[in-house]
Amino acid sequence: MNLGYLASQLFQTLLAVLLAPLVLGWVNQCRAWLQNRSGPGLVQPYRVIAKLFRKDAVVAHNASWLFRFTPYAVFGCMVLAVSIVPLLATDLPFSPAADVIALVGLLALARVWMALAAMDVGTAFGSLGARREMFVASLAEPALLMVFFTPALISQSTALTTIVETLAHRELTLYPSLAFAAVAFVMLLLAENARIPVDNPATHLELTMIHEALILEYSARHLALLEWAHALKLMTYAGIGIALFLPWGIAAAGQWGAMPLAVVVLLAKLLVGGAALAVLETISAKMRIFRVPEFLGMAFLLAVLGMLTRLLLGSAG
Amino acid sequence: MFSFDLVLAVPLFWIAVGLLGLASRASRREHARFFFPLGALGGLALAAAACTTLGAEPRSLILPLGLPDLPFHVRLDSLSAFFLMLLGAVSTGVSLYCAGYFEKSGDGDIRLIGLQYHVFLASMALVLLADDAYLFMVAWETMAVASYFLVTTDHRVEQIRSAGLLYLIVAHVGALSILLCFGTLQLGQWSYAFDAMRGNTLSLPWASIAFALALFGFGAKAGFLPVHVWLPEAHPAAPSPVSGLLSGVMLKTAVYGLLRVSFDLLHMRVSWWGVAALTLGLATALFGALFAAVQTDMKRLLAYSSIENLGVILAGFGLTILFHSYDMNVLAALALAATLYHCLNHALFKSLLFLVTGSVMHATSQRSLGKLGGLIRRMPWVAAAGLIGALASAGLPPLNGFASEWMLFQAFLFSPSLPSSYLSMLVPVATAALALAVAMAGYVMVKFYGVVFLGLPREEVAHSHDADHWERAGLIWLAGWCVALGLLPVLVLAAVDPIARTLVGATLHDATQESNWLFLTALQPERASYSAPLFLLGIVLTVLATFLLVRRLYHGRVRRSAPWDCGFGPLEPRMQDSAEGFSQPVKQIFESFFKVERLQPSPFDAQPLYRSRIEDRFWYWIYVPVTRVAELLSSLVAVLHHGRIHLYLIYSFATLLVLLLLIQ
Repeated sequence: MNLGYLASQLFQTLLAVLLAPLVLGWVNQCRAWLQNRSGPGLVQPYRVIAKLFRKDAVVAHNASWLFRFTPYAVFGCMVLAVSIVPLLATDLPFSPAADVIALVGLLALARVWMALAAMDVGTAFGSLGARREMFVASLAEPALLMVFFTPALISQSTALTTIVETLAHRELTLYPSLAFAAVAFVMLLLAENARIPVDNPATHLELTMIHEALILEYSARHLALLEWAHALKLMTYAGIGIALFLPWGIAAAGQWGAMPLAVVVLLAKLLVGGAALAVLETISAKMRIFRVPEFLGMAFLLAVLGMLTRLLLGSAG
Repeated sequence: MFSFDLVLAVPLFWIAVGLLGLASRASRREHARFFFPLGALGGLALAAAACTTLGAEPRSLILPLGLPDLPFHVRLDSLSAFFLMLLGAVSTGVSLYCAGYFEKSGDGDIRLIGLQYHVFLASMALVLLADDAYLFMVAWETMAVASYFLVTTDHRVEQIRSAGLLYLIVAHVGALSILLCFGTLQLGQWSYAFDAMRGNTLSLPWASIAFALALFGFGAKAGFLPVHVWLPEAHPAAPSPVSGLLSGVMLKTAVYGLLRVSFDLLHMRVSWWGVAALTLGLATALFGALFAAVQTDMKRLLAYSSIENLGVILAGFGLTILFHSYDMNVLAALALAATLYHCLNHALFKSLLFLVTGSVMHATSQRSLGKLGGLIRRMPWVAAAGLIGALASAGLPPLNGFASEWMLFQAFLFSPSLPSSYLSMLVPVATAALALAVAMAGYVMVKFYGVVFLGLPREEVAHSHDADHWERAGLIWLAGWCVALGLLPVLVLAAVDPIARTLVGATLHDATQESNWLFLTALQPERASYSAPLFLLGIVLTVLATFLLVRRLYHGRVRRSAPWDCGFGPLEPRMQDSAEGFSQPVKQIFESFFKVERLQPSPFDAQPLYRSRIEDRFWYWIYVPVTRVAELLSSLVAVLHHGRIHLYLIYSFATLLVLLLLIQ
C-alpha cells in the first residue's frame, strides 16, 4: 500500500466530511426556493455547527457516560462510512474493510448508539424516538438487502469497488432491474435519513418526530457532532446510491489525473441529487407513523421485482 | 494423543467434582468458592484440549462400560471437537460466575445444585463424544434430567414446577423421535454403533424419514417451531447461570445432533430437506424475533431471542444442505462455516446476557422490565458487559454476532446460482425474512438494554450492588471472547475448515486464495470482504481524533441541569417508555402474529385498568388439542380402573386367556 493510496483516502474522507453539511444546505435551499421562500443560504449548516461548538454543553443530571460518548461514536462511525464508500475513488485502503452489507451494519451500529443514548436520560421523547427509529430501521433493512441483491447479481459482488468497476464499464442501456432497485433505494434513503414522507427534519412536533426526538436532549458540541453525523449519513447513502446506480466518473485510487474530474462529477451528481431530493420532499406530505410500513413494503416489493426481473430476463434485465 | 485422553477425562472430572461437592460439608460460601472454580478449570482444559484436536484425525475408543455386548463407543472428530470447544469455553465463564452467584442465591441446597450442574456439563460432553446410539441416548437423557432438576431449583414456585414439567415432556417426546431416528438409521444392520450407520445406505424414503425424525427430535431440544413452547418457560425459570448454559450450550447439542445425523450418518442430502430446514429456520427466526420484541420479562425476552438465533442457525443448516445436494461444495462450506460460527457466537453472547440478568436479579430481585431501569449508574461492570452482549446479539460490527450473520448473508447472496429455477428465485426473496429477523434483533436488544440499564429506575430499589469478583471474572471472560471472535473471524474459520472438509468435502481455505487474517472474505476478495480490525481501527481513530480536535479547538465545559420537561414540571420515571410501550409499534404492525388479549377501560372508569397479554397461537393450535385428546384417552382408560383388587385379577386372568388363545 503506497502513499498515493493513503493520500487519496485522506482526500476523499476530508472532502466528504467537509462537504456533507453543504449538501444538506443545498437541499434546504432548494426546498426553500421550491416553497417560494428565500432560504437561509447554502452555508447555514456550517454556521449552525460552528455556533454549537462554541456553546457550553448542557447535560442532564442523570446522564451516564454512554450519553456523552455517543456523539463521538456516531460521528466516528459516519466518518468511517464515508471513507469506505467510493465517492471519488475506488479501491481505497479502507474500501475492503466493508462491503455494502457491512456498511449497513456500520450505519446500524451508529443508530443503536443513538437509540441507547436517547433512552439514557429517561425522558418520554427520547424513548419515543428510540422506539420509532429502531422500528423504521428494522423494517427498512430487509428491503435494503433486496435492493443490494440486484447489483450484486449483475456484478457478482457486494463490494462497492467491484460494483462500480463492473457497472461503469457496461454499455449504456436501460436495465429494468436496476431501475426498479433505484426507485426502491430512493424510498429507503428517505426513510433511513429521516426525510419527508417518513420523518420531517424541520419539525419538533412530538406526534411526528423520529430523528429529532432522538437528539432532543443534546446540546452544544454533542449536538453539533450529531448534526454533522446526520449530514454524513446522507452523504453515505448518496455515495451508495451513486455507486450502485450512477457509477460513472469515479476515479481509481492513486490516479491523481482523474481526480479533478471525479470531484466535478461528484459535485454535479450531488447537485442534481440534492435538488431531486428537495423536489421529492416538497411534493410529498409526511405520513403517519403506522403508514410507514406500507411505504417500506412498497420499497421492498419494488426491490424484489427488480431482482426477479434480473433473474427472469438474464443479462438483458 | 494426550489431548484425546484429556477430553475424555474432563467429563469424569466434572462428575467427580459434583460427587465430591455432594459429600463435602463446607459452608455455602466455601462450597461455591471451591467447587465451581474447579469446574471452570475443567472447562478451560476441555476447551484447550478440544482446540488442539480440531484438525487431527478422528480418534475412537471402546469404553469398558455399558451393558454386556453393548459397550460405550466414543469418538472425537473435528465436529465433536468444535462443539466441545464451545462447551468448554462457555462453561468456563459460567462456572466462574457461578462461584459468585450461588454463594448469594438462597434457593436450593448448594451441594445438590453443584452435583446437578456438573453432571449436566459432563452429560453434554458425553453427548458430543458418543459414537453409538446407546451412549448418545444415555447421555442425552442424563442431560435432560439434570437440566430438569436445575430448571426446577426453585421448585416452591408453582410456575417453575409447571415449566419444568412442560420441559420434561417436550424433551422426552423429542428423545423418542431421536431414538426412532437411530432405529431407522441402522435399518438392516442390527448395530447401534455410529460406524455401522455410516456404512448403511438407506433408500430415499427411509433416509427422508430419518431426516424428518432427526429434525423433529433435535428440534424439540433446539426450540424450532412448533416445539418451541417449553423454551420461553423453562429458560427463565432456571437460575440465571443455568439459563446461560441451557441457551448457550444445550441448544447447540441439538444443532450438533442434527449435523451429525444429516452430514455424517446419512449418506445423502436431498434438496427438499434443505428447503424444509430453511423454511422452518426462517419461520422460527422471525417468530422468535417478533415475540422477543413484545416480552416484558427480561429472561423471557432472551429466551425468545434464543429461538430467533436457533432459527438463524437452522436456516444456515438448510442452506448448507441445499448447496450440498446440488454438489456446490464450496458454497456449502461457506454456509456451514457461517452456521457453526453463529453457534459459537450465540453460545457466547447469550450466556453472557443471561449472566447479566442474573446479576441484575441479584441486585434488584426484579426480572420484570417494567420495574427496572437506570442500572448503568449503579452497576457499571454489569452494564459494560451487558452492552457488549447486547451489541453482539444485535448483530453489529465489529463484534462477533455480525461476522457470522454477514457470512450467512453472503452465502444467501449466492443462492441465485442454484440450478433449480424455483429455488434460485425463492431463496433470495426468503433472505428478506432473515434480514427482518436480524434487524428485529437490533430492536429487541435496544429494548432490553435501554429498559434495564438506561433511563431512570422505574421503581425504587433499596439496594443494588455491582457484581462481585467471581461474577466479574465470568462476565469478562465471555465478553472478551465476544470481542475477540468478532475481531478475528478468520481464526474461527480455520477451526471450521477441517469440519467442512469432512462434512461437505470442500473448505473455504481452498476457495480463498489470498487468505489473510485481517479480512473475512466471501470466497473471493473482489466479491465481498469485511475486516473487523480495520473497522475498529477506523472508528477508534476517528473518535479519538474528533475528541481531541473538539477539545483542542473549543472548550470542554459541561453544565449539568435537569432534562427538558416541556415546561410541565418534573419528569417522572413513569413518563419513560415501559417495556410494553417500547414494543407497541411491533405489536400494532404484526398484530396478526400474536394472540393479544386487551383489557381497556371505558372513559367512565374511576380507576382505569389497562392490561394486555400476548400469547402464542401455537399453544392453541397444537398443544391445547393434544392435551384434550390425551385427557380424553386417559378418561377412557380410567373407565377400567375401579381400585378393587378382584377386578384387576379378572383383567389379568382375561388377558392370560386371550394370550393363550392367540398362541394356539
